[in-house]
Amino acid sequence: MAHFPKPAEGSWTEHYPQLGTGPVSYEDSISPDHFELERKAIFARSWLNVGRVEQLPRKGSYFTKELDAAGTSLVVVRGTDGEVHVFHNICRHRGNKLVWNDYPGEETSGTCRQFTCKYHGWRYATEGQLTFVQQESEFFDLNRDDYGLAGVQVETWEGFIFVNLDLDNTTSLREYLGEFGDGLAGYPFDKMTQVYKYRADVGANWKLFIDAFAEFYHAPVLHAKQATADESRKLSGYGFEALAYKLDGPHGMVSSWGGMSPPKDLDMVKPIERVLRSGLFGPWAKPDIEGLDALPPSVNPSHHQAWGVDTFVFFPNFMLLIWEPGWYLTYHYWPTSYNTHIFEGTLCFAPPKSVRARLEQELAAVTFKEYALQDGNTLEATQTMLESRSVTEFPLNDQEILLRQLHKSARDRVDEYQQKFATPVRISNAS
Amino acid sequence: MTTLPTDFSDLEPFAGWSLGTEAERYAMRLSSTMDELQAFYDAAFPRLDAAIDYLDQFEVNALPEDATRLLWLCYSLVNVSFPVEVWRQPRVPDSGAASLDMLIEPAV
Repeated sequence: MAHFPKPAEGSWTEHYPQLGTGPVSYEDSISPDHFELERKAIFARSWLNVGRVEQLPRKGSYFTKELDAAGTSLVVVRGTDGEVHVFHNICRHRGNKLVWNDYPGEETSGTCRQFTCKYHGWRYATEGQLTFVQQESEFFDLNRDDYGLAGVQVETWEGFIFVNLDLDNTTSLREYLGEFGDGLAGYPFDKMTQVYKYRADVGANWKLFIDAFAEFYHAPVLHAKQATADESRKLSGYGFEALAYKLDGPHGMVSSWGGMSPPKDLDMVKPIERVLRSGLFGPWAKPDIEGLDALPPSVNPSHHQAWGVDTFVFFPNFMLLIWEPGWYLTYHYWPTSYNTHIFEGTLCFAPPKSVRARLEQELAAVTFKEYALQDGNTLEATQTMLESRSVTEFPLNDQEILLRQLHKSARDRVDEYQQKFATPVRISNAS
Repeated sequence: MTTLPTDFSDLEPFAGWSLGTEAERYAMRLSSTMDELQAFYDAAFPRLDAAIDYLDQFEVNALPEDATRLLWLCYSLVNVSFPVEVWRQPRVPDSGAASLDMLIEPAV
């Protein structure tokens, strides 16, 4: 029996009939050819979040972003004009990577007045203009105005910096982010500047890790030991049901109950949580910052009292989790091949005003790692068995609706791209 | 040589857990036996509330050196609470192939 009401159609999935309810294929996660198409159809032409404005505190602050999935590296910089600019990380002279330290494949950050190429000393302003050419008179009719850095489209939303590598793109970021972008505006992201960032090299297709974080059907089973024994038995008896799911274009969200901050009975939680008054859902006490009393409309859409966390999946590879106790978490998945990707998980809290508050956040950050290691360790095992193709169709339940949505959105983008630009080489899929 | 505030000299035998980064704390957890983790937990956990009260005499971003070391020891306690309270082993079960590295963490 359902604990929370579902749409009139009887299920969340059937409320969105384009998704179908049949078994699905995971060929899109194990085919090298399909991944090559995803590079061009998705990563080279979608708005991608590469960071936040707090990473560029001053004029001249910069960081680089390796975008292996789109076959490039970017420099993200706050220009002396105060604006955020993004360029392909390549010198216009002979193609050396412009900004890097020690190892060209590793991301870097810093502050500078200008960018100087390590190879022949060409210099560029932080707004991209070529300002100095070594032995300029040796060149033939070189006009510096023709050799500024190659820019890409950049827009910010609520302090999140997005890029789009498609120079012909005409969809604004706000339009792209749609209902959820509008409905999250005003959340105090800018006040949550205490950052813990994790990174992992994952031996699985990028979509498989999104799958793992876009459903909580697994939570009472995979994470059973993380609760006390009584609580764990109760949770697996309930199973998991979301408060609500919503889809908008290629994006989706799941609204979940939980967290119990503070729990009704302290025996429900572990000893360290009892002392530090914190846990997976974060510190039990909300931080003293503005903007948490009246939440924006996309948060807790069912207005449920037991609401604990909302998970937004912004296509293709950016997830945003808003937690009831007043902090947020982001996930990024950066593909490096059809069966590998780099995962980044970033926890953002209001800066703590006491050691107690600092330790509450430490427990939340450490707890995240314990859970993520459990989530991550299933992935390589899943990838290798999917690649065996010994089984090719898999049933998804109603609580896995966002997985259907993600894989369908990704396949649709590839199909659209092929119709527009290339000879179709369609892979089989079940829906 | 004492490294912790005198009020917490009872924790001196565990001062090796005063480590400034998550990577060091996690590595020490993985290279310890369950007996070692349990001994540290049993000594430090009952002192956690007192440590927080002591540390909160100071501004969180202006802790004296010995207080900072006590705070780092508290971070280690948070880290080893998982093997002791949950896993009964140093590593997250079945996490052999998985790793997760802290790239950015607060300065203190």
